[in-house]
Amino acid sequence: MELFESIFNALASPSLYVILVTALFFLYLWKMRTFSRPGWVVAFAVMTTAFFVIGAQNGDFLKIITKGDNMPIVIMIFSILFTCSLAFRQASVNDMRIEKGEPPLEALDSNKKVLVWPDLIYPEFICTVLLGALFVFWSIAVEAPIEEPASGTRAPNPAKAPWYFLGLQEMLVYFDPWLAGVVFPGLIVVGLMAIPYIDTNPKGNGYYTFKERPFAITVFMFGFIVLWVALVILGTFLRGPNWNFFGPFEFWDPHKIEPLVNVNLSELFWVRMLDTRLPDAALIREAPGLLLLGAYFVITPALLAKTLLKKLFNEMGFARYSVLVMLLLGMGLLLIKMVMRWTLNLQYFVAIPEWFFNI
Amino acid sequence: MGLKEKIADTQIWRSIFRHGYPSTPRNRALAALSNVFLHLHPVKARKSGIKLSFTWCMGGITFFLFLLETITGVLLMFYYRPTIEYAYNDVIAMREHVPFGIMRELHRWGAHMMVLAVWLHMLRVFLTGSYKPPREFNWNVGVILLLLTLLLSFTGYLLPWDQLAIWAITVGSNMARAHPLIGHEGPGASLLAVGDVNLVTPASDIRFGLLAGRFVGAGALLRFYVLHCVAFPLVASLLMAVHFWRVRKDGGISGPM
Ligand code: HEM
Repeated sequence: MELFESIFNALASPSLYVILVTALFFLYLWKMRTFSRPGWVVAFAVMTTAFFVIGAQNGDFLKIITKGDNMPIVIMIFSILFTCSLAFRQASVNDMRIEKGEPPLEALDSNKKVLVWPDLIYPEFICTVLLGALFVFWSIAVEAPIEEPASGTRAPNPAKAPWYFLGLQEMLVYFDPWLAGVVFPGLIVVGLMAIPYIDTNPKGNGYYTFKERPFAITVFMFGFIVLWVALVILGTFLRGPNWNFFGPFEFWDPHKIEPLVNVNLSELFWVRMLDTRLPDAALIREAPGLLLLGAYFVITPALLAKTLLKKLFNEMGFARYSVLVMLLLGMGLLLIKMVMRWTLNLQYFVAIPEWFFNI
Repeated sequence: MGLKEKIADTQIWRSIFRHGYPSTPRNRALAALSNVFLHLHPVKARKSGIKLSFTWCMGGITFFLFLLETITGVLLMFYYRPTIEYAYNDVIAMREHVPFGIMRELHRWGAHMMVLAVWLHMLRVFLTGSYKPPREFNWNVGVILLLLTLLLSFTGYLLPWDQLAIWAITVGSNMARAHPLIGHEGPGASLLAVGDVNLVTPASDIRFGLLAGRFVGAGALLRFYVLHCVAFPLVASLLMAVHFWRVRKDGGISGPM
């Protein structure tokens, strides 16, 4: 038990956790045909369940996972496992058919039309009754939480946003609120809305497939699983008092102290590399960061258009390509900043507090 | 003629449903066509599209949860007063004084699951490529519905008026303070000024507008209550009608061409 707890506590350190999730994500996509086989899916489900069951021996952990408002996250983990397996299993089967020159499975009966009454209305009705019963049962079994009456002067520690926003709250650790709280959510919405207009690949419309649109699926799933779902899990289970990091089986000690040693890029550049004083003028002081960001957002797209994404650029045209690459680079920036924070203790690339402008 | 057919042949039945018992293809088609609720469906659907393994019924489950939230929400409104004096005690009373008081539970678990169901629905739509032409617009209607679902849940979070509620909303709404230009701690806030007088201050910025005050207090509670119970549900129902209508008009649930 102790070994179990310390292994998972170690795996859950933030840098390792995110790197691990990213690695597993790409491993899964790479070996999708194997991992989405029923045998593997059952194995994953058993392993996940085993983790929760064994972990529940630990009283604190049990309390956290059975807390009413945390149950959705446990359900989320299992339902995403299930739905992704279902989707990628069908995609794998279809891909193998397409390789053999056969149409996807959906095509076999997509021209058959059935009467909505009874073939759709009845299942809908049964589904309604079952779900209704399930929710009544759940509601009798578990009481909705209510805490102490509101007090504007006694802040709880940690003060967490609702669970579905915990990914954004996690971003607050690495970015200022105007980015984490305003720009990123805005970009997510704009990005989602742009999807149908930047993905011009006509294939894979109306059936499960991976091979016919690997790029689109990889990007979307990366955003959804790694940058959203994984961070929700992290925010729920691994963030404790003072927003400090705790392993899943670590006691939430409110007095845990983490040294604040973060430094800005300007400090790294002028003081540590060049061994001089920080220049007084903000723009000169921040020049290294500004140049770096400028290069990242201007030169990389141009380079990519000529190399890795050349085919895409030619197919999509300038406007679509620009939107796509900006969104991609934005997603990349999140990961880069997180990794830089853990490795170099980097606070900001550009820090101009006078204008509340920090990145 | 059996009993079912006899009932379906009475004047009362016919005045309501305008067709016989749905056992013949014609009457079944009419059952879907001549009913304002059912006619959100087409009369016929693609066989591959209505398979559970294809849609996971996630859009349907989301809609089911929206209905569950509406019904339980209306019942909760009978007992709940959105003021600082009453809100918390009313919520406590719901459990203690209301017989079979699980409405709050139903409403809360339903809300959590609705958020999850919308995500999974979006995932399904993405993975089947169902946002591709001609369904681009309906995907966008969906994105707004996703946003509304989150906003509905977020505004509802404040209403119990306990510690969890106000601090979660405080954390959330602090972001507005940092909104570029129109939040008083956002980049460029100082640009909006007349002479020396700054226009964007803690008492005039976007967060103030959202909360009707500098802190999460009485004004915020009322504002969130009205948004949660009236404004957002109205807009959401409207968009859902558009969403379902467009599913039909875009050729039904997607399938390979
Ligand atoms: C309150 C939220 C929502 C409700 C109640 C809802 C409901 C539904 C229903 C009942 C369907 C029929 C097929 C199915 O069940 O999968 C559907 C289809 C669709 N939904 Fe939603 N939806 C919601 C949110 C969204 C979101 C967030 C998106 C995407 C961002 C979206 C995009 C679509 C699209 C593109 C279709 C057509 C799919 C096809 O033809 O295969 N919807 N929706």
